[in-house]
Amino acid sequence: GALLQTNNFSSLIFRRLCILKGIYPHEPKHKKKVNKGSTAPRTFYLLKDIRFLLHEPIVGKFREYKIFVRKLKKAYGKTEWSAVERVRENKPTYKLDHIIKERYPTFIDALRDIDDALCMCFLFSTFARTGKCHVQTIQLCRRLTVEWMNYVIASRSLRKVFLSIKGIYYQAEVMGQLITWVVPYQFSHDHPVDVDYRVMATFTELYTTLLGFVSFRLYSSLNLVYPPKLDSNGESEPKEESEDDYAMNSESYLEKLSALSASLARVVSSADEEEAQPDQFPSEGEDMEKMEAREKELKQQEAQKKLFEGLKFYLNREVPRESLAFVIRCFGGQVSWDKSVCIGSTYDVTDETITHQIIDRPSVGKQYINRYYIQPQWLYDCVNAKILLPVEDYFLGVTLPPHLSPFVEEKEGDYVPPEKLKMMALQRGEKPGVDEEEEEEEGEQEEEEEQEEDDNGDEEDDEEEVAEEKNLKKMEEQRSQGKSLHVKVTPGKLKVENKARLEQEEKAEEKRLAIMMMKKKEKYLYDKIMFGKKRKVREANKLAAKRKAHDDSEKAKKKKARK
Amino acid sequence: MKKAGGKTALKRSKEGDEEQNQIFNFNRKPADEDKDDDLSDSEDSVYSGLEDSGSDSEEEEGSDDDEEEGSDDDDDKMKEKKEGEVSEEKKKDEYEHDSSDEEDIRNTVGNIPMEWYKDFPHIGYNLDGKKIYKPIRNKDELDDFLDKMENAEYWRTVHDKQTGSDIVLSDDQVELVNRLQRGQFGDVNFNEYEPMVEFFSSDVMIHPVTNRPADKRSFIPSLTEKEKVSKLVHAIKMGWIKPRRVEDDGRGRYYDLWASEDSSILARHRMHLPAPKIPLPGHHESYNPPPEYLFTDEERALWEQQDPADRKLPFVPRKYSSLRQVPAFSHFIHERFERCLDLYLCPRQRKMRVNVNPEDLIPQLPKPKDLQPFPTTRSLVYRGHSGLVRSISVSPSGQWLASGSDDGSVRFWEVCSSRCMKTVQVGGAVKSVAWNPNPSVCLLAVALDSVVLILSPSLADKQVILSSERLLSAQQEGEEPAEGNGSVVWSEAEGEELNQGLRLKIQHPKAVHQVVWHAKGDYLASVMPDNTSHLQVYIHQLSRRRSQNPFSRNKGLVQCVSFHPIRPYFFVATQRSIRIYNLVKQEMTKKLQTNSKWISSMAVHPGGDHVICGSYDCKLSWFDLDLSTKPYKMLRHHKKAVRGVAYHRLYPLFASASDDGSVIVCHGTVYNDLLQNPLIVPVKVLRGHVMTHDLGVLDVTFHPTQPWVFSSGADATICLFT
Repeated sequence: GALLQTNNFSSLIFRRLCILKGIYPHEPKHKKKVNKGSTAPRTFYLLKDIRFLLHEPIVGKFREYKIFVRKLKKAYGKTEWSAVERVRENKPTYKLDHIIKERYPTFIDALRDIDDALCMCFLFSTFARTGKCHVQTIQLCRRLTVEWMNYVIASRSLRKVFLSIKGIYYQAEVMGQLITWVVPYQFSHDHPVDVDYRVMATFTELYTTLLGFVSFRLYSSLNLVYPPKLDSNGESEPKEESEDDYAMNSESYLEKLSALSASLARVVSSADEEEAQPDQFPSEGEDMEKMEAREKELKQQEAQKKLFEGLKFYLNREVPRESLAFVIRCFGGQVSWDKSVCIGSTYDVTDETITHQIIDRPSVGKQYINRYYIQPQWLYDCVNAKILLPVEDYFLGVTLPPHLSPFVEEKEGDYVPPEKLKMMALQRGEKPGVDEEEEEEEGEQEEEEEQEEDDNGDEEDDEEEVAEEKNLKKMEEQRSQGKSLHVKVTPGKLKVENKARLEQEEKAEEKRLAIMMMKKKEKYLYDKIMFGKKRKVREANKLAAKRKAHDDSEKAKKKKARK
Repeated sequence: MKKAGGKTALKRSKEGDEEQNQIFNFNRKPADEDKDDDLSDSEDSVYSGLEDSGSDSEEEEGSDDDEEEGSDDDDDKMKEKKEGEVSEEKKKDEYEHDSSDEEDIRNTVGNIPMEWYKDFPHIGYNLDGKKIYKPIRNKDELDDFLDKMENAEYWRTVHDKQTGSDIVLSDDQVELVNRLQRGQFGDVNFNEYEPMVEFFSSDVMIHPVTNRPADKRSFIPSLTEKEKVSKLVHAIKMGWIKPRRVEDDGRGRYYDLWASEDSSILARHRMHLPAPKIPLPGHHESYNPPPEYLFTDEERALWEQQDPADRKLPFVPRKYSSLRQVPAFSHFIHERFERCLDLYLCPRQRKMRVNVNPEDLIPQLPKPKDLQPFPTTRSLVYRGHSGLVRSISVSPSGQWLASGSDDGSVRFWEVCSSRCMKTVQVGGAVKSVAWNPNPSVCLLAVALDSVVLILSPSLADKQVILSSERLLSAQQEGEEPAEGNGSVVWSEAEGEELNQGLRLKIQHPKAVHQVVWHAKGDYLASVMPDNTSHLQVYIHQLSRRRSQNPFSRNKGLVQCVSFHPIRPYFFVATQRSIRIYNLVKQEMTKKLQTNSKWISSMAVHPGGDHVICGSYDCKLSWFDLDLSTKPYKMLRHHKKAVRGVAYHRLYPLFASASDDGSVIVCHGTVYNDLLQNPLIVPVKVLRGHVMTHDLGVLDVTFHPTQPWVFSSGADATICLFT
C-alpha cells in the first residue's frame, strides 16, 4: 500500500536518501482513499520503499554526520580550538559503492542510466571554483569528464554531434547503448536563485561515483590504464618546452589529459590489436538480407570512424577548442592549436601539412594556399552526414547552410527540410545540381499535396456528388428548354470511367460506413488517433508552406538584386 | 598574575609620558586653549590604541606560551619564567631611581578636567591636604598679546593647568617635542635599526639565557598535567577519543564494481522503473536552424502570451550566423535542476502504450456489395410541388406514388416515368398521406388541418376502382352513420370535389398530423397530438363509417401510431417511449424505452417483431420486441434530427431520413432462429436533396416490391433511389 512520507527522519535526510537510492513516489490508485478523503495533492511513497530506505546503512552515516556538525559547532562556540581540530579530524565519511552496485546490478544497467550523470558532471565541471559547491567536487567532475572524453576518443564511439542553442549535444554508442549528453557553451554561469544546489550536489555525489566506476570498467575493457596515462612513446608527443613553468605537476597532468591531443597508454601494447573479422554464419532467405543490411551498416560505421583520418586540423583561437578537438580526435584526425590557447598543441600554424584550418572570424590576415579555411560547423555536419561534405559552403565568410539535428528521424508523412534531402542525396553518392534539387523539392511538395488529397477524400466525394447534381440539373433544364425552344441532339460523350478510382471510392465509402457502426468508445479512440494524425500532417504542411514563402521571398530578393 | 601587575605599571608609566605630551602640546597650540582637552583626549585615544595593540600582541604571545607550557617540554617554560622575573626586577629598580614625575606632583586632585576648579580660588590640594591657591592672574588679552610680542621666550612657555603656572621649556625639552612630532624615538641615542638578536631560536645554545637556577617544581611531576593525562587516558579507554583516521581518498578511488555480477539483487531490481530519458533535440533547437523553424511574429507573440506550461517549445528558436555568436543558454542550470526534480519527485508508472492501428478499430462488417440489392443512385426526381413535401406514399402495386405538400395539393406520380398523373388541390397544407395497403382497393387517406380525406384517385383497373367505390358506399346503403362519438363527423364529398376523386371527409375536432392504415385496409388511425385532452388518437372503420377513441386516457403527447402488420396490436409512440396495446384484450402489453429525447417517427418490421424509431436528437433505435424493452441498438449516423424511418416489405432494408439532407439505407438482417441477433450494416448514404430552411429530407418510404427508396425533401422534390 502507499503511505505518506514518514517523519522518522528529517525530510532533508529522507530526500537525500531518495536521491541516492533512486526511490520515487507512487501514484496511488485510489487517491482519495489513501489521503483520508481529501483530494489535496500529496506525495505518496510505498511503505515497502520506506522500509527499504530505513535498512540502508548510510542512514547511520548521515546521523553521524549530523552529530559531527553539532560537535563542531559546540567546539567553535566554546573556542576550544584543539577540540575543533580533533573533531574535524574525525569527520565521518561514507561511500556510495554499495548503493551503485545495488541500483545497477549489471554494468549495462549502469551504462543505460549514465546520460544524466554525464550531463550533470559536464555542467559541474564548468562551474567557477567559488561559492556554489565544493572545489573538490568540481575538480572530480572535471577529471571524470576528461576521462570519459578520452575513453570516447580511444574507442572512437562518438556518433552524432549537435550544436544547439543550449549547448553541444554528443551521442556516443558504448557497448551497444546510445548515450547522449549535453555540454554547455564555455561561459560563466549566472547562477539562478531559485535552484536548490543541495539537491544538485547530492545527485552529483552519486553520479561522480557512478561515472568513476563506469569509466574504470570501460578503460579496462579497452586495455587502457586507469587512471588514464598519456602514451609516452606515441609519436604525437606534446611539446615539452614550457612545461616546467606551466603549473604544478599534478595539475598540468590533468590539463594535458584534457587537451585531448595525445593518445592513452595501454596495458597491453597496441600492436596486437587487430580488428577481429566477424565470423560468417551460413544463413538463408530473409536472414541473409538482414545480415547483409547489418554488414552494410557496420561498414558504414567503420568508415565513419575513420572520417577525418589523414586530415590535419588547426584550430584558431576563437573556436571552441575542447569540443572541436574532441570531435576531430574521435574520428581519427590530427589537431593542434596555438600554444598560448592551451597546453598540448602539437604543431604550429606554419606547418605546411595542415589541410584544414578551423576559423570563425570574417577574415584572416595571412592565408596559406594549401589549406582550407573553413568554419567549425563543417566538422559537425560532416560527422552527422557520415561523409566529408563539400567545403565550399563552409568557407570563410560564407553564409552557412542550416545546421540540422541528427537526432530527428523523419517518418513517413513528416516534414523533411530540403537540406536534409540534399544531404541524403549526397550520402547516396549523387551529386545533384541546383536545378535537380529544386525539382526534387517540388516533387516532394507534390507528393505532400497528394497526401493531402487523400486525406480530404471525403470532402472531394461530396463535391463530386454536388457537381453531378449540378450536371443533372443542367441537363434537365436543357431538356425543358429543348421542349419549348428547339430540339437539338448533342452527340453523347463517352464517359471514361476510371476503374481504379472507382474502386478506391468504393473502398473509402465502405470504410466510412463501417466507421459509422463503431462503438462509442472505439469511435472516440479512433477519432483521437485520426485527429493526431491530421495534426501532424497539418504541422508538416505548415512548415512546408513557411519554407516555400521564405524561398520565394529570397528568390524575389535575388532577382531584385540582379536587376 | 605578576605579569599583569607589571603591565599595569608599564601602562602607568606610559600614561605619565602622555601627560607630558599633553603638556608639550599645549605649548604648540597656545591659541586654542579651550579645546585643549578634546585634543588631548583624541591624541590620548590614538596613543592608547597603539598601546592596546601592542599589549594585545603581548597577551597573545603570552597565551601562546601558555599553550606551549601545557603541551611541550619544561625547559622553555622555565626560561620564560626567568625572563619574566628578570624584566620585572629591572622595572622595579627603574621606578626606585627615576621618580622625578611623581616628585613634582604637588597637586593631588588627579587626572581630572581642571575646569571643575574654575570657580574656586584654589586649584587643588598639596600632599599635606592644604589648598593650592591659584596664582593671581591679572593678565587679560592685552597683556597676553603684549607678552606674545615682547617676550622672546613666549613660544616655549607652556601653561601648566594643574598648578596654573607658566613654565618655560628648556632646550632639551623642546628638542624632545620636535622629535616626537616627527615620529622619532624620544631618546636620541636609541638606534631603532639595531640587528635583532634572537634569543629563542632553533639553535641550541651552550649557555642558558638566564642564570636563574631551576625551580623545585620543575623537578617534581606536575599534578595538573597528571590530571589532564589521566582524563585523556580515560577518554581513550571509553572510546570517546578515537585514534586519528588514516587519510584515504575514498572519493576518487574506483575499482571494477561489476566484477562478479550476481543476480541476488535482481529480484528487487525487476520492479524498478528506469527514468525515461530526456527527449532528444529537434531541428528547432539548432543554433542555425532552417528558416521554416524560426518563429514568425505571430508565433512569437503567441509564445510570449502562453503560460510556460502550455508552450509547445520551452525556448524560442534562434538563428546565429556563426558559432562564435552563440551566447550561453540562460536556463541551462534550471533545466538540469528540473530534471533532477523529475528524477526523484515524479511518480513513475508503467504505461502500457497500446499501439493501436486505427484500421483495426473499424469493425469487420460484411461488404455492402454482398448485401445487394439496395438503392445506390438517384435515378429519378419528381418535380412539381411548390412547397415542402411532407409525406409520400406508394400504392400497394408499386406503380403510383402519392405525395402531399405544404402547397395544398396532393399529387399522384407514375413511379417509372416520374410523370405527375393527377393533382388534387385539397386546400390546406397536407400533413400526411397514406395509401390503402389493400391491393384490391385504390384509396388514399390524406390528413390536412383537422380533416382526413379519403381519395379515390382511380388510377387502377376498373375492377379495383369499382371495389373501392363499393367499399366506400357500403355503409351508405345500410344504416346512417352513428353520431355517438359526436366529435367526429363523416361526410361525403360533392360536386367539384367528387370530380377530383374526393370521396369522404372525416372531420376531427383538432388538427390531424398523421393517418395510418391497418394492413387489411379497413381501419384507419389518425393522430391529433395535443396535451390538453385525451382525444389524441382515433381509429376509424371505413366500411362502417365508424370512429372510436381507443384510449380513455393518453399518457404524454402522441407522436405517431402504427398497426401491427399481422396481429391485433397497436403501437403508440409518445414523446419518449413506445407503448404497445393489444386491441383485442384492450390492455397495454409492452412499453419500450427509447432513450431518446423526442421521438419523430416509427416503423414496424413487416414480420412484426422489430420496431425502429427515429428521434429528433439524431438517434435511430432498433428494438427487438422479443429481447427487451430497451433498444437493441442505437445508431447515431445522422448529424441532425431524424425525420422519417421506413422498413422494406420484402428486403431486409430500412432507411432513415434526416434533416442533414441524407437518407441512410441500412441492411438489417433478421434471422428466423431466435438465437441469432439481427445484424445491422449501413450500406449506403444517399444524398439528393438540397437543404432549405435548415430542413433536409422529410419523409422516406420504400417501394413495395423493388429495392427502391423514395424520399421527399424540403426542396419540394421527391427522389427515387434505385
